[in-house]
Amino acid sequence: MTIKEFKHVLRDPRSLFFLLAQPVMLMLLFGFALSNEVKESRVAIIDQARDEETKKLTDRLDQSEYFDVMGHYADPSVVPALFEKGAARLAIVFPPHFANDLEHLNAGQIQVLADASDPNTAAIATSYASAIFGAYQDELLGLMKLPYKINIETRMLYNPQLVSAFSFVPGVMTLILTILCTMMTSVAIVREKELGTLEVLLASPMHPMQIVVSKAVPYLVLAMIDVAVILLLAVYVLGVPIRGSLFLLMAENTLYISNTLALGLLVSTITEKQQVAMFVSLVGFMLPALLFSGFMFPIENMPWPLQWISHAVPTRWYYRIVNAIMIKGLGLASIWKETLILAVMTLGLLVLAVKKFKVRLL
Amino acid sequence: MKTIQTDRLTRTFDKGKVTALQEVSFAVEKGEIFGLIGPDGAGKTTLIRILASLILPDSGSASLAGFDPVRDYARVRQIIGYMPGRFSLYQDLSVQENLRFFATVFKADLETNYPLIKDLYDQLAPFKNRRAGQLSGGMKQKLALCCALVHEPEILLLDEPTTGVDPVSRREFWDMLIRLKARGITILVSTPYMDEATLCDRIALIQKGTILETGTPAEIPRRLSRPVYAASAGDMYLLLRAVRDYPETHSCYTFGESHHVQLKSGSPQDLLDFLGGRIPGPVALDQIEPGIEDVFMDKMTSRT
Amino acid sequence: MKAIEVKDLTRKFGDFTAVDHISFDVSKGEIFGFLGANGAGKTTAMRMLCGLLKPSSGEGRVAGFDINLQSEEIKKNIGYMSQKFSLYNDLTARENILFYGGLYDIPYKELKIKSERLLDRLGLGPYANKLLRDYPLGWKQKLAFSVAIQHQPMIVFLDEPTGGVDPITRRQFWDMIYESAEGGLTVFVTTHYMDEAEYCHRVCIMVDGRIAAMDTPQSLKKKYESQNMDEVFRKLARGAVRSPDVPGRGKR
Repeated sequence: MTIKEFKHVLRDPRSLFFLLAQPVMLMLLFGFALSNEVKESRVAIIDQARDEETKKLTDRLDQSEYFDVMGHYADPSVVPALFEKGAARLAIVFPPHFANDLEHLNAGQIQVLADASDPNTAAIATSYASAIFGAYQDELLGLMKLPYKINIETRMLYNPQLVSAFSFVPGVMTLILTILCTMMTSVAIVREKELGTLEVLLASPMHPMQIVVSKAVPYLVLAMIDVAVILLLAVYVLGVPIRGSLFLLMAENTLYISNTLALGLLVSTITEKQQVAMFVSLVGFMLPALLFSGFMFPIENMPWPLQWISHAVPTRWYYRIVNAIMIKGLGLASIWKETLILAVMTLGLLVLAVKKFKVRLL
Repeated sequence: MKTIQTDRLTRTFDKGKVTALQEVSFAVEKGEIFGLIGPDGAGKTTLIRILASLILPDSGSASLAGFDPVRDYARVRQIIGYMPGRFSLYQDLSVQENLRFFATVFKADLETNYPLIKDLYDQLAPFKNRRAGQLSGGMKQKLALCCALVHEPEILLLDEPTTGVDPVSRREFWDMLIRLKARGITILVSTPYMDEATLCDRIALIQKGTILETGTPAEIPRRLSRPVYAASAGDMYLLLRAVRDYPETHSCYTFGESHHVQLKSGSPQDLLDFLGGRIPGPVALDQIEPGIEDVFMDKMTSRT
Repeated sequence: MKAIEVKDLTRKFGDFTAVDHISFDVSKGEIFGFLGANGAGKTTAMRMLCGLLKPSSGEGRVAGFDINLQSEEIKKNIGYMSQKFSLYNDLTARENILFYGGLYDIPYKELKIKSERLLDRLGLGPYANKLLRDYPLGWKQKLAFSVAIQHQPMIVFLDEPTGGVDPITRRQFWDMIYESAEGGLTVFVTTHYMDEAEYCHRVCIMVDGRIAAMDTPQSLKKKYESQNMDEVFRKLARGAVRSPDVPGRGKR
């Protein structure tokens, strides 16, 4: 019995490939590419003191593998703009006369500002920064034998309490839409193929595209209801605000849903079996959506090939859009680039799916 | 103009490795029941799917009521009613729901076309709220036919509608086809059952992608070159082996209660003499009118 | 000993009686045809005889074993083949034979020799290592039958073994059945081809879960004043009161 089963598997090269390649792929991905560690966080320095001490501290930050100084600015007022663009995750503000204060008052003030729309990363990055400053303070203590103290004041922008719901609500929305739309549409169409009913429908005067579109409509509606439920729960139960325009959010959602529906349609045109369609949707789209959205693993920490791949994953752009609108309260002006990318992707997928969709059986 | 016409249709699968159809040409007149008779794998389904515009031929052409299923597939789909070999209705919808659904798909009005499907619908009516998946084989086929008829097609393409259906339901199904024919609908039907050939106006015998014979079920058997004899005896199995041992036997096949024998040469009396010493008891040997199945087997053996 | 003997065999599904007190017996070496319209109870009866379904009431012995108590013993001593389930398409002919032989605890060495002999007899030797999916349907059916009887069961159950098979292969198939019956194998067969009913030693026709008629084809034709078995069948089945529509019974 077992021998027979082995033969079945060996003679089906496709499943064999998946069975053997999958663990290797996942191990490599999780082992090397993906980690919860926050490395090379882009940090903005607003150094109003420009003295020896602040220079040393800035160098310490830059030398650490956790941070990457992306620029120096004069005024703290640029910080929100930097966060909105996603140019920096963290900003360090040294007040004027930092070294002076340290020397004479035995205490220096440092303000750490973090983009807490992603609360996990924000918390981790701020704690790393505090640790680096703390270590520096200990060194000074050893040298001077005087009780120097560096006071660190952290401020979490957008999400002061670091409520994790702020990050997972956009994440859950992303996942639900991906699963629901991609998987359900592909499975629904492939099921008709398997039952043989598609054959009858194709032989009818109804236009083939009409068949497909009418099959996608229920899932579109369902997806919209899901979005509404998630948002209601988020606002009224979890207390996550929708800071930006609700209308814009819904419009972007519709765009993303069309994207996932197109993907589902594409899957259905290339598969003949429900199981295969489900598998392709899960491995081919769910997993990347999960990995590359930036929701679970910060994209900056991935090796460049993966970062590069992540650009091709629609979820990445959608997640940024939702995050920007809901948590940061930004408008279209700040996310037009992401929106455009998503729109182009959707259009491309739709065209591809329609082209691939056969008006015949073979 | 013929209602259905094909000209050297050829179709291969697996990159040319498997030939499903090889230069198949035939024509069907308006209002005719045309039977495609052949075993599984003969190419019946491929042929019907090409006509239904569901797959493309590699070469050759076809026309249905003047429309080409390759170029004018949208027009073809308006005038045909198609019933695939596999039961292809929604098993989780009721009889009534299936009918309504297909009526919408075909943009047809159930009430307008009611006379056409009335006979069928009356038989289905007691089960109209039952889910299609729970109908018996015969009933499912009736429902599928009903669904294929809701838009009043000119041409019906039926792929093995009676396979796996018991003889009584099969007969009822054919009675229905004959009534539809009376309304002027042209019917192309495939079947692996040779005995259904006599219910068609004309038939084509198909095997391994080629048509062996076309003609009326009455004329085709007359084309056999050798007379066919029916042989029977007390021990039929012994008789079968004995006849096959006779050197002048061309073929001997079991045929229900008798064996059908064709001789290469010599008279039936020679065979009886030969059998005399080998078979206990009397042997009956009478010339008979050959049937479709005799022709089919004769053609099959002469080809291989 | 009879190969099959059943008395008042009954099976109910809820308040529906699929098989209603049927009694018959089949002798060793007999070819027994089991006919009936869709939904007449054929499949249910056959499943009970094969030890796959427990009867609601009634008793019987198949290959000498009690159908109520010894279903495992029955399974070991019968062969089963149907048109739908037969062999694995992604295994070769040889692998199929070895696999099914293995199911019946035939020692491997013996099985090896037997399988080569079987392949030779079927003329499949040169193709033994080809995947079954590349075989013509007729070959598959013949191989399936041989595989079903390679553990030398007392009885073989054939469920519509020849559906869709071309007429020559169909006859070759029946030749095999005859040959095996001569060798003492009991054959229990269902079919929709009425000419095949003529080849059976005895035929049993089920209508509405009951046995409507059971006799040799000759006597049945005489009794129902019919030319052939098709007519006999139609005369009997037309009288069916039970609708052919039984939940979960349809084949297609």
